Amino acid sequence: MKKKLLILPVILYSIFLIICPLIYILILSFLKSDSYGGVIFTLTLENYKELFDFVYIKIFLKSFVIALVTTLFSILISYPFCIFLSSKKKIVKDIIMTLVIIPFLTNSLIRTYGVIILLRKEGIINNILMSLNIINNPLKLMYNNFGIIMGMTYTLLPFMILPLFASVDKIDKNLYSAASDLGANKLKIFKEIILPLSIPGLFNGSLMVFIPCIGFFFIADLLGGGKLMLLGNLIKNQFLTARNWPFGASISIVLIIVTFILVSIYKKLGGKMEDLGGM
Amino acid sequence: MGDILISLKNVKKKYKDKEIIKNLDLDIYKGEFLTLLGSSGCGKSTILKMISGIESVTDGSIIMEGKDITNLDSTKREINTIFQNYALFPHMTIEDNIGFGLKIKKIDKKIIQKEVKKMLNLVKLEGYEKRYPSELSGGEQQRVAIARAIINNPKVLLLDEPLSALDKKLRKEMEVELKNLQKKLGITFIYVTHDHEEALTMSDRIIILNKGKIEQIDTPSVIYNYPKTKYVATFIGDSNIFEGLVVEPNLVRIDGLFDYKSKENLKVGDKELLLIRPENIKIVKNSNIEFQKTDYIYNGPLSKVYGKLKNGQDIKITVNDYDYNRDYHCLSFDNDDIVLIK
Repeated sequence: MKKKLLILPVILYSIFLIICPLIYILILSFLKSDSYGGVIFTLTLENYKELFDFVYIKIFLKSFVIALVTTLFSILISYPFCIFLSSKKKIVKDIIMTLVIIPFLTNSLIRTYGVIILLRKEGIINNILMSLNIINNPLKLMYNNFGIIMGMTYTLLPFMILPLFASVDKIDKNLYSAASDLGANKLKIFKEIILPLSIPGLFNGSLMVFIPCIGFFFIADLLGGGKLMLLGNLIKNQFLTARNWPFGASISIVLIIVTFILVSIYKKLGGKMEDLGGM
Repeated sequence: MGDILISLKNVKKKYKDKEIIKNLDLDIYKGEFLTLLGSSGCGKSTILKMISGIESVTDGSIIMEGKDITNLDSTKREINTIFQNYALFPHMTIEDNIGFGLKIKKIDKKIIQKEVKKMLNLVKLEGYEKRYPSELSGGEQQRVAIARAIINNPKVLLLDEPLSALDKKLRKEMEVELKNLQKKLGITFIYVTHDHEEALTMSDRIIILNKGKIEQIDTPSVIYNYPKTKYVATFIGDSNIFEGLVVEPNLVRIDGLFDYKSKENLKVGDKELLLIRPENIKIVKNSNIEFQKTDYIYNGPLSKVYGKLKNGQDIKITVNDYDYNRDYHCLSFDNDDIVLIK
């Protein structure tokens, strides 16, 4: 009985702050909105039908492509980093991994402003390149897709590095010596040994980068300059700007379903839920 | 001995300022089972790694069949290694593990399959093609590791303490199996171990290493019966070592105990070390050498008597429990069983 009492707060938390709002969103998505931002209690599928409009399908596709490119960037950056770090001493690993985690402690909104300082027209990168006479006119590094992808990659990189490093670091270093002894060069060692043995980490990382990528709205707002619409902004706009809650709710529901599909593909492929941090 | 396969000429290895290997000269013959024996940190694994090419050579050269391979990339040497924990690829089947070397060389899949079958047959693991390393016992994994190496037709197989992970009974079986396999294949085996019993059982020649230098190279029986130095004598087997004074050119006297008649001429006044193996000492009713028993360890025909001599020196005697007369307190041994060491 005492044990049951102890988990009561968690149950209450889940019911009132997760399950209830979700049910509320689900019901909302089947209702009609009035022109003043209120809700009319009439059941309708109108909100879902509207989603098939070309404008929204384009936003969906664009969000997916940007999330995909961000995931790929994260993989390309994380692999060399993880392989290199796994060959170092434990103390070096611990220090570097702590450095990777530290940005987590800072609000990601503030970190995005940091990225702006780097990327903007008179930003650090442009200033350095101009003073070295490599370029004459500042590069357009933000208020476009590139800026969004850079910002998302920067913000989400630790989510790729942490699971991938856990996987890569677990590989017995003797396997590299053995493969090399059998005639494999570095590329072959990566393809035949490192890649197949780090698939779980790669998959976890990809999922943990890809899914938030679709949902993030402030990065697209700040680095896209408000001109570029992604799924996250679309939902935010429907709730806060257009005040069309039922339509915003229907997009959210579709996003949740897509996420579920991705996670179940992950499970089908043999992934473990624990590896996702208990998602 | 046959033809020389590999020669190490004046090979040195330094890490930072520390000399791990000092001026090593060594000839390795075709088809021999050579063991590098020494305690940990003596440089035996370093020598192996220099031969395989994983470690660079600081100074000197390694010649294989007349060609200088000192700076040749490890992947291009006709040498393969068996690692301490076998290092089998956990995500590949036994078939893919064994065929890995051939796959890297882009050999036709059908030929690989045929070769893998031959190898599995050789190491007596038929029918294991589709299993994974984690489903195999330690001894079976060991055999897969060997098959994976020899499928590449190496001229030399390097083995870095390959039996250390196995339990004692299995280790004894694998010792015999390895030796038989080596004879059958005719490949040169260079074997690294710190276990002197393993070395004595399997090797054609043993190299005893101490602090990066060769103490002695000889056949197992010579190493055991005629060790040249105190290090070798104490490293291999049990030993009783006496310090004596040369009183006549061919007579060494252990004060108050016994005299040793030497065949060589020694310098009068020098101190010399003498070795007597515990199994060469007999416990008898009467002799000039008395001892006081301090301990008895029963081990059937290889039981051990520990005692003290008149001068306070400890002594070990191996006896057969069946004939051991507990009332006798005198020792006897032949002059021929005494070995002069440095």
